Amino acid sequence: MSAGQSSAPTLRSGTDQSHAQTPIYTEFHPRWYRPQISTYWWLGKWAYVKFILRELTSVAVAWTVALLLLQILEVSRGGEHYARFENLMSSPWMIVLNIVAFAFLLMHSITWFNLAPKAMAVRVRGKRVPALMISGPQYVAWIVVSAIVFIIIASRV
Amino acid sequence: MAKTITLEVTRYSPEHDLEPHFQSYEVPLKEEWVILDALNYIKDRIDGTLTFRWSCRMGICGSCGYTINNEPKLGCATFLTQYAPGPIRIEPLRNFPIVRDLVVEITEFLEKLKKVRPWLIHENGGGSGEYLQTPDQLEEFRQYSMCINCLLCYSACPISGLDPIFVGPAALALAHRYNKDSRDQGSAERMAVLSHPDGIWGCTFVGECTKVCPKHVDPAGAIQQYKLAGALDGLKQFLMPWGQKREAQKR
Repeated sequence: MSAGQSSAPTLRSGTDQSHAQTPIYTEFHPRWYRPQISTYWWLGKWAYVKFILRELTSVAVAWTVALLLLQILEVSRGGEHYARFENLMSSPWMIVLNIVAFAFLLMHSITWFNLAPKAMAVRVRGKRVPALMISGPQYVAWIVVSAIVFIIIASRV
Repeated sequence: MAKTITLEVTRYSPEHDLEPHFQSYEVPLKEEWVILDALNYIKDRIDGTLTFRWSCRMGICGSCGYTINNEPKLGCATFLTQYAPGPIRIEPLRNFPIVRDLVVEITEFLEKLKKVRPWLIHENGGGSGEYLQTPDQLEEFRQYSMCINCLLCYSACPISGLDPIFVGPAALALAHRYNKDSRDQGSAERMAVLSHPDGIWGCTFVGECTKVCPKHVDPAGAIQQYKLAGALDGLKQFLMPWGQKREAQKR
């Protein structure tokens, strides 16, 4: 496609004259302006910040899985190894890190459960099943499993 | 003296400007006026060079989408009074190149729309006569057929801005609309196009497209449903490759 040249009027810019150039016209449309997206675009709106935080929860999930695998490894290696692991886990910075990771895990789970009704458009007798009917059982299952784990841990301590 | 409100409107002239800038206009603050009325007042009484798209004035044509105080909205459905005492900042829709003032270039979207084949696809081109459909079958896709292509969803979707080849909310919702239509047989054809990384998998479910949709189409929901269908389709192909081959042969 050949790009024709305009009669090149003087360009004015609010802030920057250094990039002044002749506007280029293509066959179908005039020269246009494509705004650049800032690296910090997600700070412009709370919904976008929440989205980025939600995406970051995957790091917390990966961290927790790695920690769990390490814990299993140390348990299998026994006594002294596990004592060292426990010592590491009880350090203040590790506790803070895990509290933050736990908060992110909660966010991860809640946003996931809330997504489920969006993805599952179940229809019964021509009517779409309400969102709560799909996310509700997941929350119940989550609470029940958490309670069982808590009871097991509490009974051992 | 009658009350007024200030509108800060994006101005961009491709012949004269390197980048857009704002121009302020004082317009009457009338209770019954929407943003579009104010823009037309400016065009008629203050500055005839102001350029913007509009047509029906009643939320049907989808032409008057602007970014109003950082939110994508229809100019004809947004009242001045909700922003009083102002000022109100009116910019073009985000994530599209600006042609002039509030007018954006939408060819990219039209290409994407075509790609998802938003029409009824029927084996052998369909027969003659009527296609019967029950009210329940209509309900399956009715919500997704309400799209007016106003592009507010593209403006709200950060992925559309960051990844310009992402098919985007409205086009994906429309693909879903035809997949859900009992008269359509083109879902496999569309799946081949949309199960691409720039199709449904490009969506990271920010969810803003659904929030800004003036017609309650819920593109985010449509895409997540499509993802689920795509994942199940992939799983089926993996578990039962012979079944898929037979289906393909049938087609």
